[in-house]
Amino acid sequence: MLGVARRLRKTGVLGLNERNSDFIMRLNPRRLYPRVDDKALTKELALAAGMAVPDLYGVIAHQGEVRLFPRLVADHDSFVIKPAQGSGGDGILVVTGRSKRKRDTFRLASGLLITQDEISYHLSNIVGGQYSLSGNPDKALLEYCVQFDPVFADVSYQGVPDIRVVVYRGYPAMAMVRLPTRASDGKANLHQGAVGAGIHMSTGVTMNGVLNNEVVDDHPDTGALVAGLEIPHWGFILESSAEAFEVTGLGYLGVDMVIDRNRGPLILEMNARPGLNIQIANGAGLRRRIERIEAIYDAGAKAAERAAIARREFTD
Amino acid sequence: MNQRYVYVLAALLTVIGLSLFWYKWQILGFPLGEDQEKPVWTIESAIRFDSGPGTIKVQLHVPTLTPGFRMLNENSVSRGYGFSLNYGSGGREAQWTIRRADGEQTIYYRISVFEDDSVDESDTVPPFPPRPVITEPLNTAVEVLVSDVRDRSADTASFTTELLRRMNDRSPDPNVELLLSGVDTQSDFVGIATTLLAAARIPARIVHGLPLGEGQRHAELVPWLEVHDGDRWLYFNPSTGEQNLPDRFFVWWRGNEPLVSVEGGSSVEVDFAVQENYLDAVAIAETQAAQKEASIVDFSLYSLPIRTQAVYSVVLMIPIGALVMVVMRNMIGIDAFGTFMPVLIALAFRETRLFWGVVLFSLLVALGLSIRFLLERLRLLLVPRLSAVLIVVVLLMLFVSLTSHRLGMETGLSVALFPMVIIAMTIERMSVVWEERGPADAIRAGLGSITIAVIAYLAMGMAWLEHLIFTFPELLLLVLAVVVLAGRYTGYRLTELRRFKALGND
Repeated sequence: MLGVARRLRKTGVLGLNERNSDFIMRLNPRRLYPRVDDKALTKELALAAGMAVPDLYGVIAHQGEVRLFPRLVADHDSFVIKPAQGSGGDGILVVTGRSKRKRDTFRLASGLLITQDEISYHLSNIVGGQYSLSGNPDKALLEYCVQFDPVFADVSYQGVPDIRVVVYRGYPAMAMVRLPTRASDGKANLHQGAVGAGIHMSTGVTMNGVLNNEVVDDHPDTGALVAGLEIPHWGFILESSAEAFEVTGLGYLGVDMVIDRNRGPLILEMNARPGLNIQIANGAGLRRRIERIEAIYDAGAKAAERAAIARREFTD
Repeated sequence: MNQRYVYVLAALLTVIGLSLFWYKWQILGFPLGEDQEKPVWTIESAIRFDSGPGTIKVQLHVPTLTPGFRMLNENSVSRGYGFSLNYGSGGREAQWTIRRADGEQTIYYRISVFEDDSVDESDTVPPFPPRPVITEPLNTAVEVLVSDVRDRSADTASFTTELLRRMNDRSPDPNVELLLSGVDTQSDFVGIATTLLAAARIPARIVHGLPLGEGQRHAELVPWLEVHDGDRWLYFNPSTGEQNLPDRFFVWWRGNEPLVSVEGGSSVEVDFAVQENYLDAVAIAETQAAQKEASIVDFSLYSLPIRTQAVYSVVLMIPIGALVMVVMRNMIGIDAFGTFMPVLIALAFRETRLFWGVVLFSLLVALGLSIRFLLERLRLLLVPRLSAVLIVVVLLMLFVSLTSHRLGMETGLSVALFPMVIIAMTIERMSVVWEERGPADAIRAGLGSITIAVIAYLAMGMAWLEHLIFTFPELLLLVLAVVVLAGRYTGYRLTELRRFKALGND
């Protein structure tokens, strides 16, 4: 038992307790949390900083506004509904199209059909706070449904794969791509059974994947190799992640991005308590990377410089 | 920097907690164990007399200096008498007065004592006694005897022993025989001995005491000889000359004065009864602390009303449950619903007992969950839905209680002790996790909750721990220190070792 702990420590693996006390509590002041916990606010801040985000179709903030839903999405066949203060991908509904016969029946990413009534009920639940971190009443966001880049076509089952970059004091420290599976119900959440694959920081090429804490070579549903994919716009993704530090002020930050077929990388959301599974996906410890960043830390460096330094430093 | 404050705080809490604990344990004598009881003797002296026509004044010598014993309390029972305690030449005296009384009177004086070796004679050093005035021919006998004994002794103690040996000799020499003629009680005998010692300028006095046994209806006062050697008082057995005290010898009063004097009454009788019983050591320690005026005990939980004490004996265990929670969540890393839900469930287990607690809790949650899934189809808004689940939980509790009562299982009745709001929230959380993360996660977290609840219940149910915390609530400062330290524990959780296993293999 102790032997395992010692080996993990040597590899520089970060544990939950250490993450919480040494990084989150030290580097992420509570007053800045709303910037990332409220996705509506995150979107606003990112837009103001000139970053690319999925278009917002509308916000439903009160129970009474739920009936406005058909009007808000009248011009769109596909859209995403998400709670503004949700966590871990809970409560997100991805609508990819409408039924051909009835306009008020929608098709989900899983292929299931869902009526307008059911969507309204889901919106009520979101507004009531069922998915919010604090249990307080919440807002529901209706936004553009990302058309993901064909590079991921073979390695995702429904849903949208996304890229998670952990940024330490403005320096990208580690990255992975999260690939939805049948088990994860199309959600890009490792917790729910999505495949995570580490990304080589220098080259932007994927490494082996991880499924439920075990290393896997190929996607469980499509059978395609997970490793060796070249992430497009890699440099831009790292720069945007680095820039997210200026936008949020959080020293320990997870930035979630998606690559849209037409619009390129978009910032989806940010997280003040990014999970530790990224270490398994990369087969590397976060603490070691953080120590390297501390050693070369330069408060005056610009986002683009920091991204370049991360690409240069993390070659393993 | 931050880290250092944490250590300092934890150390401070530990030091305060431990020193309070040590003070109460070692100095005030609070017991560590639960069933520590000490023998306590209640000695009752009953004074009976026939009242005369006028005012009545009763005086009784009561214990003052009691080596080896400490007084727990004393009281007097006397109908219509005025009562006071005064200091006389031979120690404390109780005095009862009444203007008028009819017929036979009985006055009780009661004292409770317990053994305490730290109590010793703190008497002042007596002056050398004046040479007693003795008429001839006794004076010559005294002088001969004293000089004879002095020749055969080295110090006060050996003088006394030699004197008593001679006085107890089966074939006494003529001088002793002369002196002891007309002596028929043991206390007269000891009285003669003190006179002889006074003639040798040695301070001596009679002590009257009771050897305390298991309980006597009619205890006899035993006279003993006390001699001062210039340093301290020594005790001698008057019938053997040995220097000792009888076992558990409780000194009642000293001197030649009569035990009781009644003015205005006749046919006076004094009767002693001794009753031994065992008293909780905590109660004794508290009385003792009150005598030492230790204000810390004014804040003791034992001073609260019994009903409140019962509440606090449970409440004080909650920090232990919280400690279990901290260990389980932050060091072992078990998933559970709600931060303190398992602790509250564990509290409910106290009433239902473990087995039925787990059964009833699982039953309630399972039933509630299935009804929650039915409610899901109605598409209720969040707060009304939670309220509906709560009402269903209440109805389920009622149902379980009634059913088990019908079946003759009274344990089912205690289901009402479960914190229903907590259960309703658990059901809601569990159903959300069920839908979002799948049944596996929901059941895992549910089992985690029950596991923590069971462990917390076992920890909170340890009788010795409960007693210890209740008697020494300052130990909770130690728990606080541990929790504060755990708050800065940055090592891996036990479950993380498995989670990150793949990373440790290379």
